[in-house]
Amino acid sequence: MSRVGVFVCHCGNNIAGSVDVKAVAEEVGKHNNVVFATDYKYMCSDPGQQLIRESIEKYNLDGVVVAACSPAMHETTFRKTVNAAGMNPYRCESANIREQCSWVHQNDEEAATEKAIAITCSIAEKVSSNEELESLVIPLTQRTLVIGGGIAGMQAALDIADAGYPVILVEKANGLGGKMAQLSGTYLNFNAAPDLLNQKIERVTHHPHIQVILNAEVSEVSGYVGNFQVKIVNSEERVENYGGDMDDSQSSPTNNHSPFTFDVGAIIVATGWEPYDLEKLPEYGGGLITDVVDGLTFEKMLAPGNEIRRPSDGKTPQEIVFVQCAGSRDRERGVPYCSKVCCMYVAKQAMTFQERVPYAQAYVFYIDIRSAGKNYDEYVQRAMTDFHVLYLRGKVSKIFQEGDKVMVWGVDTLSDRTVEIAADMVVLATPMTPPAGAVDLGQRLHISTDANSFFTEAHPKLRPVETLTAGIYLAGAGQGPKDIPETVSQASGAAAKVLQLFSHDEMTSSPLVATVIPELCAACGVCVNLCPYGARQIHPVWNIATVNSALCQNCGACVVGCPNKASQVHNWRPDQLLAMIDEVL
Amino acid sequence: MSIAYFPGCTLSTKATGYDISGRAVAQALGMPLEELPEWQCCGATFPLATENSMALIAPTRLLAQVEKVGGKVTTLCAICFHVLRRSQNFLENHPEMLDRINWFTEEPYSGKATVTHFLEILRDELTWKGLSEKVNTPLKGLRVAPYYGCLLLRPPTEIKMDDPENPTILHECLTALGCDVVDFPYQSECCGSYLAVSKPDLPEKLAGEITASARRHGAQALVTACPLCQFNLDYPQRAKDQAWNGGQIPVLYFTQLMAVALGLETAVWGMENHYVDPRYLFESYQLSVGSDQLSDEN
Repeated sequence: MSRVGVFVCHCGNNIAGSVDVKAVAEEVGKHNNVVFATDYKYMCSDPGQQLIRESIEKYNLDGVVVAACSPAMHETTFRKTVNAAGMNPYRCESANIREQCSWVHQNDEEAATEKAIAITCSIAEKVSSNEELESLVIPLTQRTLVIGGGIAGMQAALDIADAGYPVILVEKANGLGGKMAQLSGTYLNFNAAPDLLNQKIERVTHHPHIQVILNAEVSEVSGYVGNFQVKIVNSEERVENYGGDMDDSQSSPTNNHSPFTFDVGAIIVATGWEPYDLEKLPEYGGGLITDVVDGLTFEKMLAPGNEIRRPSDGKTPQEIVFVQCAGSRDRERGVPYCSKVCCMYVAKQAMTFQERVPYAQAYVFYIDIRSAGKNYDEYVQRAMTDFHVLYLRGKVSKIFQEGDKVMVWGVDTLSDRTVEIAADMVVLATPMTPPAGAVDLGQRLHISTDANSFFTEAHPKLRPVETLTAGIYLAGAGQGPKDIPETVSQASGAAAKVLQLFSHDEMTSSPLVATVIPELCAACGVCVNLCPYGARQIHPVWNIATVNSALCQNCGACVVGCPNKASQVHNWRPDQLLAMIDEVL
Repeated sequence: MSIAYFPGCTLSTKATGYDISGRAVAQALGMPLEELPEWQCCGATFPLATENSMALIAPTRLLAQVEKVGGKVTTLCAICFHVLRRSQNFLENHPEMLDRINWFTEEPYSGKATVTHFLEILRDELTWKGLSEKVNTPLKGLRVAPYYGCLLLRPPTEIKMDDPENPTILHECLTALGCDVVDFPYQSECCGSYLAVSKPDLPEKLAGEITASARRHGAQALVTACPLCQFNLDYPQRAKDQAWNGGQIPVLYFTQLMAVALGLETAVWGMENHYVDPRYLFESYQLSVGSDQLSDEN
């Protein structure tokens, strides 16, 4: 016979307003297994919790029912309370007499009280036969896979590796640096940028805890947080190994015949972006006119040591028209979003062009200038005032070749006039788009992508670096267009999340999961197909169904499906449920 | 297989060349145009005012006439096509307006007629391949620039014929005839439209830019599917001796080029009333009929 204590909460007037809480305590106190029952104004308050702890000691309780709000609200609170008094937390449960009773029967105290008694008695009956459970311990591989060797992936890898944990950095191309390596310089600190990037590449390449695998891609991912298995394959034939002191005995990455597999505990997705296909902008001459290029192509001309020469005849252009939002913010013909970086890099390119070419003139067509960021607007203002770049507020309607000139038709909405510019060259500030394989990779990783194929964060405001799949984090433009400072911040944020996960040697999780009674299991496999989380399999040697406790979400599908009742969920056993129903009836 | 045909006012008066050549090529292709009985003006503009019931009466009556002869009509005039297709579209989606107009006209229209342009029939029913097989005088070496104008393709959400920014339907038609098709940047710019009446200076200026650009890109002729475009581009070049913007360029209807390529007699080319006579373009071709008549007016 159990010794259960029942604590009925008034919740101010929330419960006591329509339930006679004293009558509940008195009536439940008569239950076989209940040795003590009382009521109190707020059970979740410090004095309320103190009352529970004192009562456990005083009456030598071995189970506690708190008749109060929904278990989603405070069950964890009360389990901690009883644990502090030395009781197993899974011998404590909430009886919900607020959301499911007092709130819905506010005008009928008699019925509400009767129902509250029935609910509380049924939970008391359940608690009296609850098992004492211990939290599950799940092993954790303290190694990280970073997908993408651009600035995002390198920053995340360095942060984690500097903390002493090994990192595998997989890059599709045959070198590190990503899109940043293609930039002539960055805005705000133009000249320092290539050096800074090279330093990062150096550090990543020679870091003892980072293993760089080039020309490689992730082909398969299985497992779960702390225990992923990933398969890496050549994106081309060649795989280079940049050393590293990985001391594990897994298949050696120096072996040129991939695929090879790794166990990792966390994954950071830093797959970056690709430029928009110019051919999708035929009205701007994209793909049709040689001297119409995109921003990234113009970067190459601006790179230190290169000269600004237009592609068609190698002449130095005197007049260049920059078209912002080319293909962006255009639901009908392009992408609906703003790529965020173009206003800034166009100002950089226009200034650099005017600095390098004497008497040159740059024109910039813009819808509006989006230069939000520290020192950003000052930078764009410099382009207008110090460099006399001509900013025209309006859209370009059409671009076509006329002789050796590129004709640009547009409108200047500030002077309310149409504009025709006979330019030598046109630079289209096209949108940043996700790489072609983003959706595929998302499916392999079980993380979602949005309507534009960018990876979706767990919460747009409060969980911007996590995905909805535990253990997988996002960094950089693969999650959405962003510039370098923002990318670096997000990468460090993702690294911090990984380090938080690695701060324990193993993970704990709730023991309230499904289990299989071996004597009853006929290995029919029904539960394997029913489980939505892939947590079940037929054990190859024992020939019974087994549960992967780390994946089980306690949904109960297997319990309903099992013809032999071999599948059960801890503390929701059939005998308990029948006893609870008896109490209610 | 005959097709119900709405000529419209302009093709019966000013643009008879379009009408004559269109009927002749349709006949030659085995799908003669059957003139709609008792037709009247389409209204000439699609009403954009919120209260548009008055202006919809004329097209609605025409669509009711169309239903009497099988429910499908074709046009050559781009403006008639524009007005009829948009009216059809509007009435189909606004049954309350349809009821109101039906009550007024006392000629019930169900809202279900089909309006096509002759170019669509060529593309979708005959197909360009089918057309090219009927060509017996391929117009090889003739450099023509298709000029689409505004109303044939816009607004694309309602007209649904071709991409208004980068149209190809006239290109494909002319390619099927064996022409060398010239791309030029002004191919879908406005010709000035009805401003030819109220502000004639403006269309003349626009026409100057359009024809000059076509010439710069090496075109020998402009080709259009709209009688107003044809007039607006052709008329400013009327003074033969005056070197207008550096030269002249004939403006043809696509049906006229079809008539030549299909080897039809010059009587149905309908080229007599052009301000810039285009017939000299065809002198070098080995034509089976009427080559003796080519240069009589040039």
